[in-house]
Amino acid sequence: MKTAILILALSGALVLQTTLSGVMAGGTIAVNLVLVAIVYLALAFGAVTGMLAGTFGGLVQDALAGGIVGIGGMSKTIIGFAVGVLSSQFNLSTTVPRLVMFVAATFLHEIMFEGGHALIAGRPFGLQWSATLIQALVNGLVGVTAFMLVERGPETMQRRRMSRGTFGRKRF
Amino acid sequence: MLDIRKRTGYLFLTVMMAQVILVSAQVQTKGGVRVLQAVTFELFSRVQFGTASGLNFVRHGWSNYIALRGVKGENDALRRRVADLEVKLQQEHALATRSQQLQALMDLKSQATVPTLAAEVIAGNPDPVMRTVTIDRGSADGVLADMAVIAPGGIVGRIIGPVAQHAARVQLIIDRNAAAGALSERTRAGGMVVGVEANPPLRMELVSVLADVKPGDEVVASGVDGIFPKGYRIGRIEHVDRGSGLYRTITVRPGVDFSSLEEVLVVLVPPTGATRGEDVK
Repeated sequence: MKTAILILALSGALVLQTTLSGVMAGGTIAVNLVLVAIVYLALAFGAVTGMLAGTFGGLVQDALAGGIVGIGGMSKTIIGFAVGVLSSQFNLSTTVPRLVMFVAATFLHEIMFEGGHALIAGRPFGLQWSATLIQALVNGLVGVTAFMLVERGPETMQRRRMSRGTFGRKRF
Repeated sequence: MLDIRKRTGYLFLTVMMAQVILVSAQVQTKGGVRVLQAVTFELFSRVQFGTASGLNFVRHGWSNYIALRGVKGENDALRRRVADLEVKLQQEHALATRSQQLQALMDLKSQATVPTLAAEVIAGNPDPVMRTVTIDRGSADGVLADMAVIAPGGIVGRIIGPVAQHAARVQLIIDRNAAAGALSERTRAGGMVVGVEANPPLRMELVSVLADVKPGDEVVASGVDGIFPKGYRIGRIEHVDRGSGLYRTITVRPGVDFSSLEEVLVVLVPPTGATRGEDVK
């Protein structure tokens, strides 16, 4: 079940990410849905799941991007592992800590990704802080929203369904 | 069953290592070689180096220790053999030298106009003041006192009494009590050669300051002493000094090497003259 959720989440994130790749902000993609999915899975299921999700998602993203396969994978593996470990050590079940985790994970990922390319491919370290900040905030919002939808969605739907039924009975 | 949740750290390291390898396979070094190849080659070269070192250690240990168990005995045997061969070599060398000396003695004997008897030096003299040697010929061989003794290099000395039946003592010409009538072969300037405690150990006396002698002249026996046959070589003049008075001071280097005297010839001619049986000087 968990594996299926992992594959579905990452696949959906990748599809959406490629669809939304045209949305740019300062030269950097404004949202990284794969990263959001990895952080989400790490927060929800722990270090091992986060790590495996990071590895899988990062490698696939690298392969699709056409650069050096592995740099993104390593970055996201570390992110997934670190977030999973932190989630098991601290209480990250409320909105603000989760938002902080998404934002921090985005910054850390970008730094490692750019640093890896600078170190391995000899590319100059070109991190754009403003664009990264925007991406981090967007990632945080998307991630927190995803948590809210998953956790509170069924309850809300049921409440709505119940309120509709009462209203209908009154109408009928 | 493997529970990876309890081994999260190992799994993380494994995944990261796999990705590092993956990245290395794609990146090239400045030399154009892929990092994975370079790292793999480096790692394998270290392994090969370690393996080769281990093999060399084993081979070294085998060849230098284990395989040498019987070498000590073999070494001892070879040492003994080398010692034996060195002794044999010395013997051969001695034989060759002795053969040369005997050959020279035979030549002298064949050239001598007087009857001679070959003798071997069998002993020296324990008293350093008296320069004598003992030969293995005595009265039984016809040796008498005051007979001259010669060698291929020249005059050795004379027989001094008493003469044993199979041995005799020879007073060397360089003894400080020995003397012989002598003359310069070149100018026939006469004098007397005596032994001295100096180097060279011979001095020619009674040579007039008017006589023509110079370093390098051969000195031979004059025969006037009645002991040493005339014309036999005594030595060579090494230094001539004006001296004081009527005579020159002349030093003579003997023709015989007295330090390696082994075979001699005894001149079997009885001495004549007034000095028979006594020292000349």
